[in-house]
Amino acid sequence: MKTPLIEFKDVTKCFGDKIVLDRVNLQIYEGEVTTIIGLSGSGKSVLLKHIIGLLQPDEGVILFRGKPVSEMSRSDLAGSFGQISYMFQGNALFDSMTVYDNIALPLRETTRMKKTEIHRKVLTRMKQTELTEAASKYPSELSGGMQKRAALARALITDPKIVLFDEPTTGQDPVRKNAILSMIAQNQRKLNFTAVLVSHEIPDVYFISNRILALYDHRIVFQGTPEELENFSHPFMDEVINSLEGLQKELTGLYSKRQFELLNHLQLRRKGGETFCLVIFSLRELDAIVSQIGHDAAQEILRNMGLFIDRHFGAIGGISTRRATNEILTVLPYSSLAETEKIMEEFIVDFNRQAVPSLEEGACKFALGGAVELTILAGAAEGQSRTDIDALLEQARSKQKEIGRLQCAPGE
Amino acid sequence: MAQTGNCRNQNENDENTVWGMAALRPFAFIGRTVLDWVDHLGAAAIFLGMALWQIFRRKQFAKTVRQIYYIGARSITIIMLVSLFTGMVLGLQAYHALSKFGAQGAVGSLVALSLIMELGPVLTAIMITARAGSAIAAEIGIERISEQIDALQTMRINPMRYIVSPRISASIISFPLLTAVFDLIGILGGYISAVLLLGLNSGVYWHSTKAYVVLEDVTNGFVKSIVFAVIVATVCCYQGYFAHMRRDSHGAQAVGLATTSAVVTSCVLILISDYVVTSLLI
Repeated sequence: MKTPLIEFKDVTKCFGDKIVLDRVNLQIYEGEVTTIIGLSGSGKSVLLKHIIGLLQPDEGVILFRGKPVSEMSRSDLAGSFGQISYMFQGNALFDSMTVYDNIALPLRETTRMKKTEIHRKVLTRMKQTELTEAASKYPSELSGGMQKRAALARALITDPKIVLFDEPTTGQDPVRKNAILSMIAQNQRKLNFTAVLVSHEIPDVYFISNRILALYDHRIVFQGTPEELENFSHPFMDEVINSLEGLQKELTGLYSKRQFELLNHLQLRRKGGETFCLVIFSLRELDAIVSQIGHDAAQEILRNMGLFIDRHFGAIGGISTRRATNEILTVLPYSSLAETEKIMEEFIVDFNRQAVPSLEEGACKFALGGAVELTILAGAAEGQSRTDIDALLEQARSKQKEIGRLQCAPGE
Repeated sequence: MAQTGNCRNQNENDENTVWGMAALRPFAFIGRTVLDWVDHLGAAAIFLGMALWQIFRRKQFAKTVRQIYYIGARSITIIMLVSLFTGMVLGLQAYHALSKFGAQGAVGSLVALSLIMELGPVLTAIMITARAGSAIAAEIGIERISEQIDALQTMRINPMRYIVSPRISASIISFPLLTAVFDLIGILGGYISAVLLLGLNSGVYWHSTKAYVVLEDVTNGFVKSIVFAVIVATVCCYQGYFAHMRRDSHGAQAVGLATTSAVVTSCVLILISDYVVTSLLI
């Protein structure tokens, strides 16, 4: 059995009379993205601060690669915590330093690297996080999203093995939220670190998470994959997930995955055995696009695309949801494949005539780098109410073909 | 009947206990305050020890120089202004007082000795506390409540080394230098009022200054200024560093109160330690 990278065993933490963590047990595995979800004030940040050693448990044990932290020597502790980086909820950027100095600080203070080497590394990170133009600005001169990116760049500058993100998307608009999550996911794949997130962004955070931990009533009540969480029956699901997903609908205009499945299920169950169609829309090679025009521009395209698809298919009874970072799924109840293809033909004409110019305009506002051409794909598959959705999704993906192209260049 | 008697005794006992507790309350308050002070004193001593331990670590030079600029160089103007008028007032008062005994010739030595041994170190320390000490406490306090100090810890940068230690070493360097400036300008101030305004002979003023001031007086003045530097820097850094642990307030208010406490405590400790150091040096 795989040894967890970090493990909590019956960890309890109290502040005065208030119990914040009550016999918490959890495992975090190497190379995965683990997300801790829970209501505000449920102790998520406190839990994260225990991982990095800013707080010590009153009771219980924290294990790092199977070794109790409390029994480690000073050098072992320094070695273990030295692999961890932390991105604070409020960013904790030094307001008397420029963005460049903030990012360079850990290298200047904790390594013996030469100035030129530090400069090169900081420039690379700033480019990756789209901060090159903000290098000489102070944190107070930056927008909330840029401050988050600066904090992310600082957290990643030392090439940590584990990065803890304390609500990295708090206070951001939907586009920036998805941009930050997408940036975390992209960097995690590229740098292969273990990520632990505290987030409210349900369901968007599911797309980048391998494991979800649910903190409820001072304890971890669920540990598992996002798919397993869908089938988890607990008061937590009603109190936390539904309220947060409702908020998501208000923000993005698209149904959350869970609400979508519920609606889909109810609609299809009314007439058992009825056929329905799935359409998968996707943006080709999202990572490559992001590297050229930036996260914000890519998320702006996806958001506007989602809104257009929802409006178009919603008018004829379709239900749409974001399925993955670059995918939007639409279900057309009681429609055959032939009917769907006809609807799609009309959609493609409308999409290219109405949506493409506004998508291009929106993306160009945010685009950073050079000009890029984006391809949008769509594919449909027919199923019945008892058909396996995942198999159907694969079928729709395999049938995807190009339905439109966007030209995007900064400043156009 | 017996029951009624018991109740009465019980009531009398309760009343006695309440009165007893009320009588003890002032002692309890004094005890709590003293314990609190001792607690803070111990914590501040450990805090100072940890900061001093970091002074000669790697990469401290640039940070210390920057702090010398903030604490020392930028305080020069105010120190010069205060010392000029202090010297002038001293010259004026000394001239009028000594002229009653026909001893105007001793004005120079009186001004110089007062400044070098007492007023120079004390007023310099108080002025730096007001100008730089408050800024130190507020800056560190804000860094604390905005989690910047926690951020340093997560980056494995020792906050004592990065934040506190350079300020303490910069204070130890700046205070004696500013005291020297204060003494010189103060003596010039005494010259302006006694010689230029009141007509005392210039040669008499400089001769009496030179004749009665010995090196030991100057050294003692500098010893005092170093003691004050350690006190002011430690108190101001300590108050800011633990602003988040104040029991009487939170957030921005805690930073404000930490700054006030830093200035008040520093000034009181300067005067107390001045007496202690003087009695040890004399």
